[in-house]
Amino acid sequence: MKNLLSGNAAIARGAYEAGVILAAGYPGTPSTEILENLSRYKNVYSEWAPNEKVALEVALGSSFSGARSLVTMKHVGVNVAADPLLTSAYTGVNGGLVLVSADDPGMHSSQNEQDNRRLAALAKLPVLEPASSQEAKEMVLQGFEISEKYDIPVILRITTRIAHSQGYVLLKDPVSREVREYNKNPRKNLMVPGYARMRRIDLDKRVENLRLYSEDTPVNCIEGSSSAVGIITSGVSYQYVKEVLPNTAVFKLGMTNPLPVQRIKEFAGSVEKLYIVEELEPFIEEQLQILGINATGKDLFPNTGEFSPGLLRSIFARAGVLEEDEHKNAEIDDAPAVPGRPPVLCPGCPHRGVFYTLRKMKLSVTGDIGCYTLGGLPPIEGIDSCVCMGASIGMAHGAEKVSPVMKDKTVAVIGDSTFMHSGITGLLNLVYNKGTSTVIILDNRTTAMTGHQDHPATGCTLMGEKAPELDIEALCRALGVNRVNTVDPLDLSQLKETIKNEIDAAEPSVIIARRPCALLSKEPVGPRVEVDLESCEGCGACLKLGCPAISMQEDKASVDPFTCNGCGICIQVCKFGALVKGGNSSV
Amino acid sequence: MCKPVDILLVGVGGQGTILASKVLCAAAEAAGFDIKMSEIHGMAQRGGSVVTQVRLGEKVYSPLIEEGCADIMLSFEKLEALRWLHWMKNDGTIIVNNYAVAPVPVLAGVAEYPANVLEYIEEKVPGCTILHAVEIAKSCGNSKAANVVLLGAMAREMPVSREFWQQALDSVIPPKLLDINKKAFDAGYNAVN
Ligand SMILES: Cc1ncc(C[n+]2csc(CCOP(=O)(O)OP(=O)(O)O)c2C)c(N)n1
Repeated sequence: MKNLLSGNAAIARGAYEAGVILAAGYPGTPSTEILENLSRYKNVYSEWAPNEKVALEVALGSSFSGARSLVTMKHVGVNVAADPLLTSAYTGVNGGLVLVSADDPGMHSSQNEQDNRRLAALAKLPVLEPASSQEAKEMVLQGFEISEKYDIPVILRITTRIAHSQGYVLLKDPVSREVREYNKNPRKNLMVPGYARMRRIDLDKRVENLRLYSEDTPVNCIEGSSSAVGIITSGVSYQYVKEVLPNTAVFKLGMTNPLPVQRIKEFAGSVEKLYIVEELEPFIEEQLQILGINATGKDLFPNTGEFSPGLLRSIFARAGVLEEDEHKNAEIDDAPAVPGRPPVLCPGCPHRGVFYTLRKMKLSVTGDIGCYTLGGLPPIEGIDSCVCMGASIGMAHGAEKVSPVMKDKTVAVIGDSTFMHSGITGLLNLVYNKGTSTVIILDNRTTAMTGHQDHPATGCTLMGEKAPELDIEALCRALGVNRVNTVDPLDLSQLKETIKNEIDAAEPSVIIARRPCALLSKEPVGPRVEVDLESCEGCGACLKLGCPAISMQEDKASVDPFTCNGCGICIQVCKFGALVKGGNSSV
Repeated sequence: MCKPVDILLVGVGGQGTILASKVLCAAAEAAGFDIKMSEIHGMAQRGGSVVTQVRLGEKVYSPLIEEGCADIMLSFEKLEALRWLHWMKNDGTIIVNNYAVAPVPVLAGVAEYPANVLEYIEEKVPGCTILHAVEIAKSCGNSKAANVVLLGAMAREMPVSREFWQQALDSVIPPKLLDINKKAFDAGYNAVN
């Protein structure tokens, strides 16, 4: 049977067919749907961990105990998990361990576009790169075989276009789900210097064996023959190459670490001109350079952004490999300017009022990652910085320690999921080192940005079971914060008052702005807002909220009843009382 | 081997492009095509532009359509049709919903929604189809079925027969909403001459 599946759904299927017993991960585009899909296979145990490091550690424990284990995360998540990852190459596995790294060339929804093949090489781990959904599924199975045969975790590296594109996948029956025998083996699993030194040497042997495997594996395969031009490529770029140069010799690499060096040399020798087509870093290219193989890569192809068939066609045309088509599309040079459509905070979003207030109070705001990062964009512009998950609290503390100017006006903002991911240690540090910063936890009761996943404070697990609900207030107090306030972010005057008090306090404080994400309920938050046209002065103050429901029509405010969610913060912002609660809450 | 049929579905988050592409793929699957479909989610729910690329053929490699090569564009919103116009081949088919969703920069008064979008598209692509899909859907019982109205209009231009579309609707649309959506599909199909 074949099904049309996304790369992520195919990976989940692959895990099921490979007899995976445990899967763990932390959400992050474009990886999230792997575990969401896998959680529907009831005989596989899957869980959301609070962060990627914990997810990998859970999977390591289950692998050591003999179970095939899968870990999933987006590319930057691998940074968080890097500590256990680099040493897990030393220990190796018992039950197979596959880590999916979902990279995001072009940064569709990420803060950077690091190429995790480089991280994998740093960790000396084998890398498989699928070019389609079918391959994504097959490579999960192959990954587990490699992992167990060579006693090493395997990286399955996908990109956004593999994760979120659909193609046919042939479904097979799962292998039997068995836990291997556990034998205590400190020399292998207890990484103290004496044992680690031995494992380090053993690792080189395993990598050497993997090099031989890479020469033989059918996922590294040569298609076509032409002595003029040859192309080495991997991942989704292979599909673009086939689209643009269907008859050219292609060495398609499904395993990109370690490289099949011998076969690459032979291939290079069989063509007159060799091109390397890889998105992001010159990972393959640099290794060829070291081998003294002449090939053209990043001289022609960009090292940032996604590739596409059009991009490859124009580059190969300029290089004289194919003839440039005369332009087929309509001449539209004179088209009217198309305004952008940036993502925005939703109508009724509980984050909006917080950033509006912070901006009004002219505070300096260290930010974090989540939907709320959109509060840093025009017209609200209520955040000064954003680097990685969990960074806001440390950054606020650092700013206050060195700068008298920042001292009484810096606030850290962090989402609930992000706080549990990596904000807790930052807060602990703030208390321990006698900081006085104010931290606002934007508790919308979910991981909204990535599509509403549960987390340790929602009271529910990935597999839909009830779970203990973290008491965030109690946790903050236990970390040593005496001033913990909980407010409703839709009450702007209470919010402002609380922020003012806490900034003035000479000790750390936490404000929990609690209100469920507007998308969690189908019902509007309150009665829809209407405009009293007589009172409206057309001052445009309400536009500063960046609400998709509010606009100016003929110099007066206008609220679209279909878009308005009735959160009512615009009512609080209008000085003239021109925005009022509508009588009828349904439209 | 023939070149695949390249279809773009463009719109704004929340307009139902994803459901429409599901039905489209199910119909193409029933008709026996190889399919690649690519969509970028993530920011979709937050009011951003959304685009789904669908490619049907004997054998399809790239999940992405080449710029200037799309055969069909189904646009759920006027401005989005304009945004993706350069993706169309010269004699391509365009079906556009006569419906505007103002981007937030326009609402905030810092950008302008161009006045003559449809005129411009008609001038560049003679024979493009402009539909009041929301009104048509309303007359079928639910304005939210505008996506399926548009799909019905596109069905005429596709190498996929009616029975496969019916099958696809049956398999993708929840039973509760099936009647209205079938009506909406037929209304879209018949709205094109
Ligand atoms: C290390 C890392 N893992 C995952 C992500 C993807 N990601 C970005 S924000 C976010 C969670 C946001 O949830 P929350 O903090 O609750 O804010 P909300 O979106 O709900 O406002 C995730 C998972 C990331 N950017 N970095």
